[in-house]
Amino acid sequence: MKEYDLVVVGGGSAGLAASIAAYEDGVKSILLLEKEKFLGGILLQCIHNGFGLHEFNEQLAGPEYAQRFVDKFMSYGIEYKVDTMVLGINEDKSIIYSNKEDGYSIVKAKAIIMSTGCSERTRGAIAIPGSRPSGILTAGLAQRYLNIDGYLVGKRVFILGSGDIGLIMARRMTLEGAKVLGVAELMPYSNGLNRNIVQCLHDFDIPLYLSHTVSNIIGKDHLEKIVVSKVDDKMNFIEGSEMEFEVDTLLLSVGLLPSNVLLEDMGMEMSSTRGPKVNEMMETCKEGIFACGNSLHVHDLVDFVTKEGREAGKGASRYLKGLVTRNEECLECVAGDGISYVIPQYVHVSNVDDNVEFKFRVRSPMENKKIVIKINDQVIKSVVKLHLLPAEMETVVVKKGEFTSNNGKLVIEVEER
Amino acid sequence: MKEFICIVCPRGCHLKVDDDGNVTGNSCIRGEKYGKQEAIDPRRTLTSTVKIKSELVRRLPVVSSEEIPKDKVKEVVRCLDSVEVSAPIKVKDVIVKNVMGLGVDIVATRTIEK
Ligand SMILES: Cc1cc2nc3c(=O)[nH]c(=O)nc-3n(C[C@H](O)[C@H](O)[C@H](O)COP(=O)(O)OP(=O)(O)OC[C@H]3O[C@@H](n4cnc5c(N)ncnc54)[C@H](O)[C@@H]3O)c2cc1C
Ligand code: SF4
Repeated sequence: MKEYDLVVVGGGSAGLAASIAAYEDGVKSILLLEKEKFLGGILLQCIHNGFGLHEFNEQLAGPEYAQRFVDKFMSYGIEYKVDTMVLGINEDKSIIYSNKEDGYSIVKAKAIIMSTGCSERTRGAIAIPGSRPSGILTAGLAQRYLNIDGYLVGKRVFILGSGDIGLIMARRMTLEGAKVLGVAELMPYSNGLNRNIVQCLHDFDIPLYLSHTVSNIIGKDHLEKIVVSKVDDKMNFIEGSEMEFEVDTLLLSVGLLPSNVLLEDMGMEMSSTRGPKVNEMMETCKEGIFACGNSLHVHDLVDFVTKEGREAGKGASRYLKGLVTRNEECLECVAGDGISYVIPQYVHVSNVDDNVEFKFRVRSPMENKKIVIKINDQVIKSVVKLHLLPAEMETVVVKKGEFTSNNGKLVIEVEER
Repeated sequence: MKEFICIVCPRGCHLKVDDDGNVTGNSCIRGEKYGKQEAIDPRRTLTSTVKIKSELVRRLPVVSSEEIPKDKVKEVVRCLDSVEVSAPIKVKDVIVKNVMGLGVDIVATRTIEK
């Protein structure tokens, strides 16, 4: 059985950054496995621009951002296999994969980085009353059909959910000649970035119906009509608010879910983000198995995915070199008032190099608040934030010296100023 | 009077720009600049795809080398419908020079080797 120091599963932005960082840190025996025909991941279908402001200080289209990392990866001559599906991971860190050339094979690894990305939620569709004709699909799938295969899925379109992919597709399909009749969002605020609401909806006079959802689907074989209703604050349809739209396509943009079947099959417990719990070096509860990118938690900015990939790559390298200091002492990091999740979930202070960058999201839009970090009820840091949106991930850096204890609880919460 | 939402930062201030170009509703200087530009000469970066003859893919993603006037975006996309290129293509290769005489090129955003 062939053995590598490091095997990376998934060749998107996270996996590429992780491989590159590990290589640059001295790990030379690396294998990256990717199920698609190309390296680059989901970005290859995100042809719009706006990527890379943090990484490169310029706005790049998705494929170009990915290309920069693919080129670097290739220049190092790191080994990789595309068209290769990873099927399972064993307790001893052997990895089962399959592809045309090798058939069903196993490789062994000393460390593994999981960067398998996310998939689109379809929950919103399942809950809608009415029939199930063709013409209902996720926004990301429509994006793939249009941008990779060159095929426009419909002519009269409605979009359920105001996530960024839906907004981007509203513009893209309009420019390709479709009529987008509207976007319905269940919540009283949009989950998309402001920039996308302005440039994808306002620019084309596409209405955004907040506190609205699809209440009925009509059509025999193919979608003919949908009914959109307003909801009250308990999310019940308000009678008399129904609007009908004649459409041939309903796109779902109701959120993304980390894909972690491989880790779940190993019996690993998932956190509230649907990703594994990790420590300060992005290591999961299984020693030597790391996670990063959208499979750890869904990111809105690829730049942060790249950064997290690097952290995991460096963590794996540190692990492989035997530089990890492990003792029993560990801080458990949890989300307090107003916060939906915190990453990492564990910090071994003795193993922290310089600092830990905590990532978290707020539960609802807020103005003029304080983000407070407490260790065992004692405030160690507080930062004022004028605007907080669930759609934008927040970060706070805690320096090694600022940790006042090695064990107990670290809480991040929102407080009044 | 024109109304916009400022997109320069996540705060999303609601801007009003009067006929003389005076901006109100902004919370900082960046919003004033944005509001003025939007009122006088709104511009957008265009992204789309064109046909490509390749063993590997069917579409090549492209971008405008600079922002183009907002009201020209649709026409430029139409004009790209008839463009077809052949691999190999490298990122940043010019696909259409000076598109519609706007002084802006359409360039590739992906490398397709064959
Ligand atoms: C549709 C969409 C639109 C987005 N738009 C924007 C945007 O406008 N701006 C922005 O900054 N960010 C955007 N993002 C976010 C950002 O692009 C992503 O967060 C980032 O690219 C994710 O990188 P990743 O490596 O974690 O995942 P991915 O790029 O999804 O990579 C995961 C890779 O793992 C592979 N894989 C999965 N399972 C297996 C397996 N079992 N075996 C082998 N390989 C496997 C997949 O094929 C894939 O290539 C968008 C995300 C999505 C999904
Ligand atoms: S005006 Fe200033 S504060 Fe308001 S959204 Fe624009 S950049 Fe942000």
